[in-house]
Amino acid sequence: MNGQTSETSRLSPAGLPGRHGHVSVEKPKNSKRVIRRLWNYLSREKVLLVVIIVFLLVNTATTLAGSYLLRPIINHYILPHNIPGLIKMAFLLLGIYIVGAVAAIFQNRLMILVAQRAVNAIRADLFGKLQSLPIKFFDSNNHGDIMSRFTNDVDNVSDSLNTSVMQLFTSTITLTGIFVLMLYISPMLTTVTLVIVPLMLWVAALIIKKSKNYFATQQVALGAANGYLEEMITGQKVVKVFCYEKSAATEFEAINYDLRDKATEAQYYSGVMMPVIQNLNTINFALTAVVGGLLVVFRGLDLGGLAAFLQYSRQFGRPVNEISSQYNSIQAALAGAERIFQILDEQPEISDAPDATVLGHVNGNVRFKNVSFGYDAGKTILKNISLEAKAGQKIAFVGSTGAGKTTIMNLLPRFYDIQSGEITVDGVDIKKIQRSSLRRSLAIVLQDTHLFTTTVMENIRYGRLDATDEEVIDAATLAGAHSFISRMPKGYQTMLENDGGNLSQGQRQLLNIARATVAKPAILILDEATSSIDTRTEQIIQKGIDQLMQGRTSFVIAHRLSTIHNADEIMVLENGEIIERGDHSSLLKQKGRYFELYTGQFD
Amino acid sequence: MKKYFPFFRKYRKALLLAPALVVIDVICEIVQPELMSEIVDNGVMHKSMTSILHTGGLMVGLSLVAIAANVGNIYFSSHASVGFAAELRKGLFNKIQEFSFSNLDKFSSASLTTRVTNDVNIIQEVVMMSLRLLIRAPLMLLFAAVIAIRINASLASIIGIAIPVLAVSIYFILRRGLPFFEKMQQRLDKVNGVIQENLVNVRVVKSFVREDFEKKKFGYTNDELKEMAVRASGMVVLIMPVMQLVMNVSIVAIVWFGGNKIMSGTLQVGQLMSFITYITQILMSLMMLSMTIMTFSRAEASSERILEVLNTEVDIVDSPGAKEKNLLIKKGKVEFRNVCFKYHPDGAEYVLKNINLIVQPGENIAIIGSTGSSKSTLVELIPRLYDVSSGQILIDDADIRDFTLLNLRTSVSLVLQQNELFSGTIKQNLKWGNVNATDNEIIAAAKDAQAHDFIMSFPEQYETVLGQSGVNISGGQKQRLCIARAILSKPAILILDDSTSAVDTATEAKIRASFSEHLKDVTTLVIGQRVSSIQAADRIIVLDNGEIIGLGSHDELVKSNAVYREIYESQQLQKETAL
Repeated sequence: MNGQTSETSRLSPAGLPGRHGHVSVEKPKNSKRVIRRLWNYLSREKVLLVVIIVFLLVNTATTLAGSYLLRPIINHYILPHNIPGLIKMAFLLLGIYIVGAVAAIFQNRLMILVAQRAVNAIRADLFGKLQSLPIKFFDSNNHGDIMSRFTNDVDNVSDSLNTSVMQLFTSTITLTGIFVLMLYISPMLTTVTLVIVPLMLWVAALIIKKSKNYFATQQVALGAANGYLEEMITGQKVVKVFCYEKSAATEFEAINYDLRDKATEAQYYSGVMMPVIQNLNTINFALTAVVGGLLVVFRGLDLGGLAAFLQYSRQFGRPVNEISSQYNSIQAALAGAERIFQILDEQPEISDAPDATVLGHVNGNVRFKNVSFGYDAGKTILKNISLEAKAGQKIAFVGSTGAGKTTIMNLLPRFYDIQSGEITVDGVDIKKIQRSSLRRSLAIVLQDTHLFTTTVMENIRYGRLDATDEEVIDAATLAGAHSFISRMPKGYQTMLENDGGNLSQGQRQLLNIARATVAKPAILILDEATSSIDTRTEQIIQKGIDQLMQGRTSFVIAHRLSTIHNADEIMVLENGEIIERGDHSSLLKQKGRYFELYTGQFD
Repeated sequence: MKKYFPFFRKYRKALLLAPALVVIDVICEIVQPELMSEIVDNGVMHKSMTSILHTGGLMVGLSLVAIAANVGNIYFSSHASVGFAAELRKGLFNKIQEFSFSNLDKFSSASLTTRVTNDVNIIQEVVMMSLRLLIRAPLMLLFAAVIAIRINASLASIIGIAIPVLAVSIYFILRRGLPFFEKMQQRLDKVNGVIQENLVNVRVVKSFVREDFEKKKFGYTNDELKEMAVRASGMVVLIMPVMQLVMNVSIVAIVWFGGNKIMSGTLQVGQLMSFITYITQILMSLMMLSMTIMTFSRAEASSERILEVLNTEVDIVDSPGAKEKNLLIKKGKVEFRNVCFKYHPDGAEYVLKNINLIVQPGENIAIIGSTGSSKSTLVELIPRLYDVSSGQILIDDADIRDFTLLNLRTSVSLVLQQNELFSGTIKQNLKWGNVNATDNEIIAAAKDAQAHDFIMSFPEQYETVLGQSGVNISGGQKQRLCIARAILSKPAILILDDSTSAVDTATEAKIRASFSEHLKDVTTLVIGQRVSSIQAADRIIVLDNGEIIGLGSHDELVKSNAVYREIYESQQLQKETAL
């Protein structure tokens, strides 16, 4: 596609490879809005969410209660030697824990259900949105970028919904619960915790801040290294031909060591947080034991209370750790969600005019009246193009690369809308025809021959879904594809995988022609359909194409002039303008650009 | 495993210090509950403030030591794991540099890139994890068990029951859950496949108005994925509650049996409290261990992919003695003697059969034939991009295997059919041909390839940046730059493999003209599709199914060679009917 590739990608580059292990710490630009929109997906399961929260509360309560029961058990049963009471308490404890486990299982499984439903809906919305976007979007955005919305970004959101959100919730509630119970057991002893915990949080915040910076620099280094690797490995054969191996190794060594130094720092800061917080918590535990011991001795704190309190202060470290370690993945998920929503917010194809008509039988009279067009405002690619194709005529476009041939083909199916002038089909302005109706009346055969992962039969039937098997076979026969299909192991039922990887370029093109044939279009567009095929194969395909063109209005872009000499009219394009037009012999007589192109080719 | 040792060499110190520090950390941490029980049983029960403060001080001190040990461990294991990964990446990259064409054909470039990037990252993560958890968890488990037994052996028997129960439940959960994960991955691939196809086919989808059809197709695979994701994750989230239940039931058992022991005077309250902590630690370590093992098994696939690259035998290297001889190519005479070739040694059919050919220095040879006739293979044998299966190729009457690859490939310049430019300026790209080229030489080469004019039309001229962030050039312009790059290396033998297919015919003719003017002494071999672009060659080779079936000038071949005549006439016929 000329012209469009020069447009730089409008979407920011998504998560670079190397996501494993360290989530990139990109910051979402507007967290609140992103969270609200994510909530829209989750809130579809309000009932389940309520149930989950109930289970979550039960689960947390049992954990807290279990530890708390140590107090009465020690105080009232073990120390006073009350055996029947101890039996009773043991069973009570057992019961509480079983309830807790059951609640936890339900809570987790339900949350996964909710999360996966939400992710499923996000994926479906994203894909649905893609179907509604104009071609311009696909031409100006890297496919890899779009794919990474579905892979990296959706993954990040999915991971986060699966675990982070619940963990954050549980941790917060647990922390609050522990704190309240600590206060209840001994306000004085709680002050120890109150001294240490802010210290823990401060250290955590410090480390997070550091690691964020280092991750950002690591990400840049990683991007550079991955970019270099990809480029060199893709061009590895060229490297060999020019004996560039040593230079490449030297270049990569510098990039690689730079990455190593940045990554070591990032790894260090992200790794150090968890153990440091755990050890700080151990100090908390030690101080609690000391102060608690003193309180038992001098202030009459009960021993059972101390035991329970110590349990709590051990448990304190985990939620703190979890909250801080979820920080990064939640940030990454929000950034991912933001990128997903960015696509959902893209402008779809302009909807049909309210009075847009549906074409009935299409004769195939096509007219361009003073059409001008540019992909970017202010940069006109086509200037004042006028032409007419009567039903059944064959119009050809020739000219050097970049002359605007492909651009013309983008306008007729309204992949792009023209800026001035008018295009009509059977006398109706195409802007006043329902887009789907307009497109159904035409078929396109492109140079790149991509196929779908399904049977040969279904690949051809793609042209018209209600075509019968016989019609598909007829179309294949007409296109000249039947004989090689019949020779395939399962004939028409052969599965094509990897974009029809086991077929030759010529065979794939024949399938494309068959697909266009089965669609029975009134208008046909062929964009360099045979350019990457050797001349002998081309002759076979040309037969198929000629069959297909019979009785249809067709527009042909050709690299090799031999395929178009029988066109009713040939347009010679140069810099977006038609500089010569006429049939083959009259153009040759003019001895102009066409003559130059033509004789250059054959002498 | 052994294959990886050399990549650790530079970081040996860090590799040893990291686990040593883990041992210190574990010791500091494992005695904490015991010290706590000291506080309770000695300090509190005997109301000894000095004991309480003393023991408490020791606990805090040990924690501080543990912090230092941990920071050190993370420091060294970061250095060791990241450093190792860097060396591994370098090793892989250098290995790939050595790869021959047939080595490269075995892997797709995307797959090679993933191996050097993602797979290495995964291994790095595993190393990092190993240097901490893999040592920490078993040590913790062992120490905690020893201390628990020392406190009270009969109470410790609870651990003997809890561990197998937990291990068995984790085993069963994973055995049921892991196949779900595999299936989930397959379905995920399918979903991605549908998206990928939709993207490349966007014009087809839109022109046939198949948006709703695609949505339905996607919806189906998407739902299938969701269903499996729910099942897979649903199994894994069982682990945590089950482990907690086992732990808590053990605690209940300890409270019950321990309570009885306290009443009978064989156990103290503080000991009971520390016992509960130890059993928690034991079961937690077991969890960690099983998680680590799971990560390991997931990294196994990555490791296999990396080893596959490292273990690939490079099949084209300098012959022994080539370096000492240091033969140079001066004239550019090329001779094929009974050359046969097939891509795989055990392949059934030769793609080139019994090729015999002598090309004189400075001669201009063209090669024509239909796709699949092995034209590209024939020329790729000359710079030893592939090695002949039998027979030999000689340049200047010496077997090409007697040259070093460097000398051979510097003198034989091949413009590949699938060519690449690299990000950087036009000048940097051209200099690939010759690092020491002067500006004048660069301009001369660009002129010969008919690239100078369009380069000068860019605002930055030779400094124009190509590639992702720079100007994009057309296919024909790219081909011309590739030709210029090849000319710049001043080869004795220049090979163009269908390198002007996107260049328009007028420009192609100009390139031919400047070749015959400035590259008179260079032996050239040109693969072409169109008779018109090759018929001026000194001699034309007609290749069919890997055999030379015609060799001679255009006029001779038109008279004597049926296949050539057929190609010529089909192109001629089109011309005549057209006229």
